[in-house]
Amino acid sequence: MTVDVLSFARAVAAGQIRVVDLTQTLSQDFPTIVLPPELGQCAPFRMEEISRYDERGPAWYWNNISLGEHTGTHFDAPIHWISGKDLPDNAVDTIDVAKFIAPAVVIDCSKECAADPDFALTIAFVEAWEARHGKIEPGHWVLLRSDWSKQDFTKYANLRDDGAHTPGPAPEVVKWFVEARDVHGFGTETIGTDLGQGHHFNPPFPAHFYMHGKGRFGLQCLTNLDQLPPKGAVIFAAPLKIKQGSGSPLRVLALVS
Amino acid sequence: MAQGARDKSSGRQSYDGVVACLPVTIPYRRYSTNTAQWWLGRALRELTTRANLRPADIDGLAVSSFTLAPDTAIGLTQHFGVSPRWLDHIPFGGASGIVALRRAARAVQAGDAEIVACIAGDTNHVDSFRKTLSNFSRFAQDAVYPYGAGGANASFALITKNYMNQYGAKREDFAKLCIAQRDNALAIPFAMMKKKLTLDEYMAARPIADPVHLFDCVMPCAGAEGLLVCREDVAKSLTLPYVRVLSIIERHNAFTSDPIQTRGGWAVDIAELWSMAGLKPDAVDFVQTYDDYPVIVMMQLEDLGFCTKGEGPDFVRSHTFTNDGSFPQNTSGGQLSVGQAGAAGGLLGLVEAVRQLIGAPLGTPVRDARSCVVSGFGMINYDRGLSSGAAIIARA
Amino acid sequence: MSEPLQRPKRKNPLQRTKHPLSPPGVRSRTAHGLTAAAAEGRFALQVCEDCKTVIYPPRDCCPSCLSARLPFRDVERGGVLVAETAVQVSADPYFRERTPWRVGTVKLDAGPLIVAHLHADALEGYRVRLDLKLDKSGSAVVMALPERDTPNMADDPHLREMTCDPKFRRVLITDGRTPVGQAMAKAFAEAGAAIVFVGIADPWKPVPGFEALRKIGPVEIVPLDLTDSESVSEQAEQNGARIDIIVNTAEHVRSGGIVDRHGLTTVREQIDIRYLGLVRLAQAFGPVLRARGADGANAAAAFVNLVSVHALMNWPAYGSYSAAEAACLSAAQCMRTELRPGGIKVMNVFFGPLETEWFQTVPPPKLAPSALARAVVRGLQQGLEDVFVGDIAEDIRARLAVNPKALERELAS
Repeated sequence: MTVDVLSFARAVAAGQIRVVDLTQTLSQDFPTIVLPPELGQCAPFRMEEISRYDERGPAWYWNNISLGEHTGTHFDAPIHWISGKDLPDNAVDTIDVAKFIAPAVVIDCSKECAADPDFALTIAFVEAWEARHGKIEPGHWVLLRSDWSKQDFTKYANLRDDGAHTPGPAPEVVKWFVEARDVHGFGTETIGTDLGQGHHFNPPFPAHFYMHGKGRFGLQCLTNLDQLPPKGAVIFAAPLKIKQGSGSPLRVLALVS
Repeated sequence: MAQGARDKSSGRQSYDGVVACLPVTIPYRRYSTNTAQWWLGRALRELTTRANLRPADIDGLAVSSFTLAPDTAIGLTQHFGVSPRWLDHIPFGGASGIVALRRAARAVQAGDAEIVACIAGDTNHVDSFRKTLSNFSRFAQDAVYPYGAGGANASFALITKNYMNQYGAKREDFAKLCIAQRDNALAIPFAMMKKKLTLDEYMAARPIADPVHLFDCVMPCAGAEGLLVCREDVAKSLTLPYVRVLSIIERHNAFTSDPIQTRGGWAVDIAELWSMAGLKPDAVDFVQTYDDYPVIVMMQLEDLGFCTKGEGPDFVRSHTFTNDGSFPQNTSGGQLSVGQAGAAGGLLGLVEAVRQLIGAPLGTPVRDARSCVVSGFGMINYDRGLSSGAAIIARA
Repeated sequence: MSEPLQRPKRKNPLQRTKHPLSPPGVRSRTAHGLTAAAAEGRFALQVCEDCKTVIYPPRDCCPSCLSARLPFRDVERGGVLVAETAVQVSADPYFRERTPWRVGTVKLDAGPLIVAHLHADALEGYRVRLDLKLDKSGSAVVMALPERDTPNMADDPHLREMTCDPKFRRVLITDGRTPVGQAMAKAFAEAGAAIVFVGIADPWKPVPGFEALRKIGPVEIVPLDLTDSESVSEQAEQNGARIDIIVNTAEHVRSGGIVDRHGLTTVREQIDIRYLGLVRLAQAFGPVLRARGADGANAAAAFVNLVSVHALMNWPAYGSYSAAEAACLSAAQCMRTELRPGGIKVMNVFFGPLETEWFQTVPPPKLAPSALARAVVRGLQQGLEDVFVGDIAEDIRARLAVNPKALERELAS
């Protein structure tokens, strides 16, 4: 079956295919991951105006920006984690570009997360979801809809005395996603694909450990997941082509028929 | 004293044979867009014209001015086209006139110059006063101007306050001097102050820096004064009426241990002034004091020997100072009435004294004027006037 | 008796803001020996090395023995006010709008006669105590104070021209997250500040001590992130016109040097928070502070920089920190000149290791944040420009004055 990309483009222009922006605006206010202060920190997003139709540049407006590879809505490549460091084609500039387009399933646990910020997605929960929506096919993004992105930034970061309390996947379900469902990658609305308290698991940060260890990808700080169907959306998520980059901020678009 | 003779007490050579002549005033103006070079040029021209001399005949030049910058006397030689063999720039403010006379006298005695023109003058632009204040001296820059920028007015206010506290002088005493001087100026056409001054007006005048009020202060203006100094035979050959120079004293930075100035340098050498002249204070017919402020006039009455220190107030109360009074003083009104044309104020008293003694005053004459003490004072470098000088001159 | 200062009324927004003027500030090089003393709150005059005469006005040759060895030394401040005057008419625009202005002649016990500004309670014929102060031109002047403190002494309007007293003024503490920032807010509240704005960055991160901070009466928490140009300009736009004193409490302390450090992220953060943060504050707040230097009784007065004493000499154990602090010191010196036309003082407060977490392993003596805060308030009350707080800071300064190269070697161990 030949698929005509021009028809696809016409359908998008005519609104027959809905384009949903899953990306948070890059701004100074958006929280970043906070690591223990002795360790290196991810740079927050900052802008410095170069000129604004003024003596620094009379007819133009432009900015210099500074940010980390993992600032705001961003893509994680396998090279980001120690478990994926030796895999082939594991950096943003070497990943096969065809992999930047892939379908997605959206698992809604917004009610559970509202009740418990430390909600951990389990195999049982996913199997119950599959019973309603069908099995997760290979090569799909699994996106965890928590509606976390709808909160103000303080609740979004949810930092307490013992660190962040934000939802994510339990270690077993991540292993199962890779081994039993051959997923493309894992995406969340929170800062980090792992739970806020994910450093307590064994291994610590299992989403990063298992996904990247098997050459799969991550997407974080997504939004508008509540506008997507449980199945059927296609994600365009192409990170910047940074030399040996571990990830990058990007525009994540979902296409829905 | 015979020429070449020395005064017994000081060992100083006499001024025999030295005369001053040709008193010249370029009428004062409150503000002038002309330069100091212009004003001094007027004075030099008036001197040469009235003496029937060419500029080349002037072989000695003494210049005093506050607003000549960036020139000094040397710039004026080329500016005026003169080639003197004796040149002096005398920056001692109100003492410059007396000092110029003293320098010129020795030059003509020694034959180093024949005819010395002593000229002093300043312009007055609208910002001259402020600019002069802020560049007056290093100590003024560092230790006076930053303290209220009241200029000399504030410095002399402190001196006046202290003198009043110490010797019981009252504002009414200063008023008497100012009022008499104003009377003496009424006949001077170019005087800045043209009306009689009453006691009420003086007392109610605007305060400038307590206790100094408006009529204790001179009015800055533009103008110039000049005279010629030469030997007696030269004056005669020029058929110019002249006065004889009997004695001159000069002293700078005297009495350094006085906490606040209550006496000027005259008090150090005053006996010498009188002994070299062979006169006593009661013998002179009139006095020209340097009157930047009436308190300084009062100090000069003491320090020149007319009364003792602290008796100034009493002396003022018991004398009258108009030209027909018991003690004619500042007979053309002094700077307090005619105005202070910068450095010309240092020559004004001498020029007026010469006029009275040769019988050609601009204003009212002093009857039977035969001799006069002329005093100069100036340069409040920090907190006191540093320069002082006095001369006794007599009718020929 | 000084009239106690009343809390200023709200400014009429339709009234033109008075433009700052400067009193005569030109001084000879030697006279700036007084400026150096005034900057630190010392009373020092030239004392001839050879004949011990105490000399004033400053000069290059002793008036007793003609010696040229005339160093500035601390001398006794007492004397008698012999005569006073009130200048009613002045040639200078600054003084012209501040008459009557009292000055007087003081006979100092140590010898010289000094023409000085007079505090309202310094009376003719009585003993006085002299102080060297930096006036609005930034040059030193002598001020005669009453021999003993009098009630409301700091409120004398002429003295207030020379100082940056926080009383009734509105202050911005740029970073309230740290113990230093919070101690500073408390100290300024106690010093009578009308408002203490406290900047907090990243409000989504918990702020230890926030509740106690919020409860301090004049405190108003405002968003302020010194690493974000937009945040700084926004704060300046909102509150700049009603901030009279800024205290930059931003800090970034990490141990470690340059060669043996791995990577640039920490160093970049240091430069961003400390040096670039200072530049952002200068650009956003500088112009409005400068324009408001003569804006009534609570006119804009000062910019306070908290700077490690190791800005003056690098401490390799905290080597990259020292370098960033040095950048701040140089920037502050530039700001001093740029803000002077508004009569705004830039006060650098130098300190050694603090009793805070990032100096944990450093042995005592260390400075408590509250002591630093009190020193800042005192420095502003006296109108100082260079303040050294605590034993280490004073020790470093003393050693620098004698042999900087020896100090450089000593700090290496």
